[in-house]
Amino acid sequence: MTAAFTMTGGEVTLDGRPILRGVDLSVEDGEFVVVLGANGSGKSTLVRALLGLVPLSGGSVLLYGRPPARFRDWRRVGYVPQRLSVGGGVPATVREVVSSGRIARQSRFRRTSAADRQAVADALDAVGLADRGADPVNALSGGQQQRVLIARALAGEPDVFVMDEPTAGVDADSQRLLAGTLAELRERGKTVILVAHELGPLEPLITRAIVLRDGRVAHDGAPPVSTMAGVGAGAAPGHEHVHPHAHAHTGPLSGWPDVIGSRSSVGEARAAGEA
Amino acid sequence: MSGIFEYDFMILGLIAAVFVGLAAPVVGTFIVQRRLALLGDGIGHVALTGVALGFLTGAAPVLTAVIVATLGAVAIEVVRARGRTSGDVALALLFYGGIAGGVLLIYLAPGKSNSTLTSYLFGSIATVAAEDVWVIGILAVAVLAVVAIFGRELFVLCQDEEVARASGLPVRFLSLLIAVTAALTVVIAMRVVGLLLVSALMVVPVATSQQIMRSFRGTMALATALGVVATVGGLTSAFYINVPPGSAIVLIALAGFVLSLGIGRFIRRSRTWEPTP
Repeated sequence: MTAAFTMTGGEVTLDGRPILRGVDLSVEDGEFVVVLGANGSGKSTLVRALLGLVPLSGGSVLLYGRPPARFRDWRRVGYVPQRLSVGGGVPATVREVVSSGRIARQSRFRRTSAADRQAVADALDAVGLADRGADPVNALSGGQQQRVLIARALAGEPDVFVMDEPTAGVDADSQRLLAGTLAELRERGKTVILVAHELGPLEPLITRAIVLRDGRVAHDGAPPVSTMAGVGAGAAPGHEHVHPHAHAHTGPLSGWPDVIGSRSSVGEARAAGEA
Repeated sequence: MSGIFEYDFMILGLIAAVFVGLAAPVVGTFIVQRRLALLGDGIGHVALTGVALGFLTGAAPVLTAVIVATLGAVAIEVVRARGRTSGDVALALLFYGGIAGGVLLIYLAPGKSNSTLTSYLFGSIATVAAEDVWVIGILAVAVLAVVAIFGRELFVLCQDEEVARASGLPVRFLSLLIAVTAALTVVIAMRVVGLLLVSALMVVPVATSQQIMRSFRGTMALATALGVVATVGGLTSAFYINVPPGSAIVLIALAGFVLSLGIGRFIRRSRTWEPTP
């Protein structure tokens, strides 16, 4: 089976500033990957580079075995950007935005089909916005707008979801709803790569965590706590903050860098207790 | 008072006005959504160079205007996409170059002067000939066809260019398509409202409509209706009260916008969307 994404020595330079400095990465079908890291560590750039949205200044990236420029099967990909750009303020309803997620499955001269409508209804339902379809998106809260963006990706029925901070600035209710939606995607064997600042209720879903620091992969493997120490008392959901200032200290937990501060200290205490 | 339909030139003018009123706001909806509201102005200024080039070379000014405006639209899109200059600076460059080029070329044209350009700057719908109406009609149908065929893709593009790219859409082609469609619209509207006011017909009905409507489709539909009301209403009132048609059209459109602010506020108050958490 070809990997969904393969990046080899990926380098990205924006305005002369190196953002990614040689990232090697392969994501197989069915993985649920979270990309963590401090602000400016290159998380967002990494996932956008995987889709070919940001040009590489070095290395290569393959999307189902093809470079993004020659990739044709875009219906397999659902991209959820960081925020809804309302553009010049021409209103659009929730249903219009979500329906546009079908675009990769629609040919130019075909009218909207029953399958299109069903997929849009299902997507709206999955994010709990079934009754808001006729509302203008800019009348929704930030969390609801984020759900609209996810519904747009869902409507396209892709195999792989690439989500740029879907939980940023999202209220607790929306986060739980989102976690439910993502859990269902995982059950259905979809591949998910998401950038996150904090894990919150997504934590139990994650099969693999990639931590970036200064444009390099600082950790790639099992997610922080759930496998190492279980969800302990000290790691109550909603309290896992990625430290904005990563320090070089590496805890006793085999190379897990102390990027996720509160976590490592919990782990450290635990490890010390076990020793 | 004599009837407006007794004059052939008014009938031709009204037909042209309907075409322009339909086409301009349709393109305008995408342009406003893309935050390129002044694109029409930029192209309009460049088209002036095209008009002057027509007089200098003896070619039909409308034809040279189409060619030069299209080239200008493509240039601005390339500059924007390369990201070297921000969109508004690229537009500003077009403004200056277009006017300066037009004035220079018309000076070089034998027997022509700046006053030749005036009818293009401010419109001269009373001098629209039957073949002009044909050209305007065909171009307007072409513009509407582009939107009918590519509308779904253009909507995605104007919402979010990266999402469009990640959906496999031909982003560069679609961006050029919008720019070229805008250029065609500018040229067909040139005879009706004039190059300096062309953009008003692309932007003002959309700005009015978005105060009231909730959907993209609805905004476009209402904007089109408003565009036709403005062009036909402006031309008719210009006929009866003897004012320049171009400015009458634009002032009617602007009056509609002012009215819509009040209506929009009233609608929002009576239809309060449930307070979002």
